[in-house]
Amino acid sequence: MTGADLAILIPEIVLSLYAMAALMVAVYTSKDGMAATLTTATATIFVLIALYIAVTADGTRVAFGGMFVDDAFARFAKITILLSAAAVLLIGREYMQKADILRFEYPVLVTLAVVGMMMMVSAGDLIALYMGLELQSLALYVIASLRRDSVRSTEAGLKYFILGALSSGLLLYGASLTYGYAGTTLFSGIIETATEGDMPLGLLFGLVFVMAGLAFKVSAAPFHMWTPDVYEGAPTPITALFATAPKVAAMALFARVVYDAFGGAIGDWQQIVAFLAVFSMFLGAVAAIGQTDIKRLMAYSSISHMGFALMGLAAGTEQGVSAMLIYMAVYVTMNIGTFAFILTMQKDGRPVTEISALSSFANREGTKALALLVLMFSLAGVPPMVGFFGKYAVLLAAVDAGMAWLAVAAVIASVIGAYYYLRIVYLMYFGENRDGLDGRMGAVQYVGLLAMAALIALAWLPGVNLLGLENMAAQAAETLVR
Amino acid sequence: MSMGDVTFYLFAVSLLTGGLLTVMARNPVHSVLWLILAFLSAAGLFVLIGAEFVAMLLIIVYVGAVAVLFLFVVMMLDIDFAALKAEMARYLPLGALIGVVLLMQLGLAFGVWEFSDGVDARLGNPIPPLDQAHNTQALGLILYDRYILLFQLSGLILLVAMVGAIVLTLRHRADVKRQNVVAQMMRDPAKALEMKDVKPGQGL
Repeated sequence: MTGADLAILIPEIVLSLYAMAALMVAVYTSKDGMAATLTTATATIFVLIALYIAVTADGTRVAFGGMFVDDAFARFAKITILLSAAAVLLIGREYMQKADILRFEYPVLVTLAVVGMMMMVSAGDLIALYMGLELQSLALYVIASLRRDSVRSTEAGLKYFILGALSSGLLLYGASLTYGYAGTTLFSGIIETATEGDMPLGLLFGLVFVMAGLAFKVSAAPFHMWTPDVYEGAPTPITALFATAPKVAAMALFARVVYDAFGGAIGDWQQIVAFLAVFSMFLGAVAAIGQTDIKRLMAYSSISHMGFALMGLAAGTEQGVSAMLIYMAVYVTMNIGTFAFILTMQKDGRPVTEISALSSFANREGTKALALLVLMFSLAGVPPMVGFFGKYAVLLAAVDAGMAWLAVAAVIASVIGAYYYLRIVYLMYFGENRDGLDGRMGAVQYVGLLAMAALIALAWLPGVNLLGLENMAAQAAETLVR
Repeated sequence: MSMGDVTFYLFAVSLLTGGLLTVMARNPVHSVLWLILAFLSAAGLFVLIGAEFVAMLLIIVYVGAVAVLFLFVVMMLDIDFAALKAEMARYLPLGALIGVVLLMQLGLAFGVWEFSDGVDARLGNPIPPLDQAHNTQALGLILYDRYILLFQLSGLILLVAMVGAIVLTLRHRADVKRQNVVAQMMRDPAKALEMKDVKPGQGL
């Protein structure tokens, strides 16, 4: 361990120290009275760290003998994670205050979860992978049941915890099999031993178990069962968090494991990822149709979107990884906008989550309905919204990799999925008139909703060019796929 | 059979018996006691292969802390294990089927198990030879030097666990009387007691 190693970890170290300092300060002063200030401060710190990472970007550096990798891929994922977590903290603050669950531990736990996510995307070792994953998951289990007087919130936390423990077990078992074969836990060592064509059965088992564990974390079908219940049961700001940052982290970790550790055996994991992708896309699209609760709907929507992102990974090419990163960035943007709206859905001062409450919403709140329309069109993949470009990138990657069947399946799934997004738009504009939502929207949520909708609706214009997202994703993918 | 072999079989048999009876015992308290026996036997096995640090760790941490905590939890929580088992029996056939299939597949994998080329060199790499450093020292060298990052990360995980436990269980109750240390220490004995001279037949 040297100073140079620590210098590479500055963002993680600063965040951990901040979390501990915030905890101490809040405990010894006004406790929950500090919570609102701490939440804002945490969001600010996240943005500052993201800026720091962007500014100090400097090639590929490894620390601690290869256990921690800081490359363009990790930086892309970290910036996405930090910015989305900051946005979620800000838009959710008011809701938490109103529901009286804004406790000072919340921003602290979110910070520690984010540290875990940053370790995940930088992992260069099976043990580092597991440590990052557990740090993230454990903090998320706790905040899922933050509303501890509500049966559903506790149930969500418990369900998440038990199934998460099971998936961690699978992952660990796979990791131990991999270690047993390769004799090292470093990805750089594993990739030398795992080569195309002559993967021994034991290593293949290890790979499958590790991927099953990771698929659980990205909530890809058939490991998705926890998602709807946890999304529905957890308080809405926490659902918004679950739908964004951890998904990016888990997906980036997935990419890192299959390329950094098993990059020599693409053919062996490609078929598994393709299966996960197809299954998730169809399950997410079909199962969402019958939902009446918008949080459950968003859960199935996220399962389906993870399928699309996995399709980019299944292509097994640099283009595919870049498409996956674009897709995740777009997905996060759309979700932040949508959740900014869901957070403010209320009737007679109580939050509601029934989709039917949106009936004829456009007659009363034209601007908000228009913004939501843009977001729903984008989630469905209607051109010219940015969501379409994300879908286009992964489809193109799959076709170019010679997996046309996967692309065809994806288009069919996306048409099925379009139904429920468009149903929301239909309800808002043509639903029968009845007293639905009332109450004002907070300024932060309003800005969040409008900014994300504007981004989604306009970022494809030639001058804006998705804000350079494609270039950044391509650079990130280049460092991962060698 | 040498003395070492005899000791090995002794510990191995008691380990297996302890493990089996942990699962089979009807009374959960007995289960925990059998578990402690299993831990102790495993510690004995570790001593036999010269890993005395791990053996002591097993006794101090697992037997001394974890198992005793288990015992308290099992005794304090009134869990009807029979009812839980009855619920489990409903899913037993399906679970057993999946388990057997998985076990057969894993047996298949282990049957043809092979190691990568040069696995011995990589495996031996992190640990200095035993004649240069005894195993407590070797573990320390790895844990606090090579794996310092992971060590610190596990510290963060434990912090999250602690914060989480407090967040989910601590309730500030307003209706209980608490000890006020400052008030207790600042109490003036001269003012605490007042003498009243009560005249007979008058009262206060």
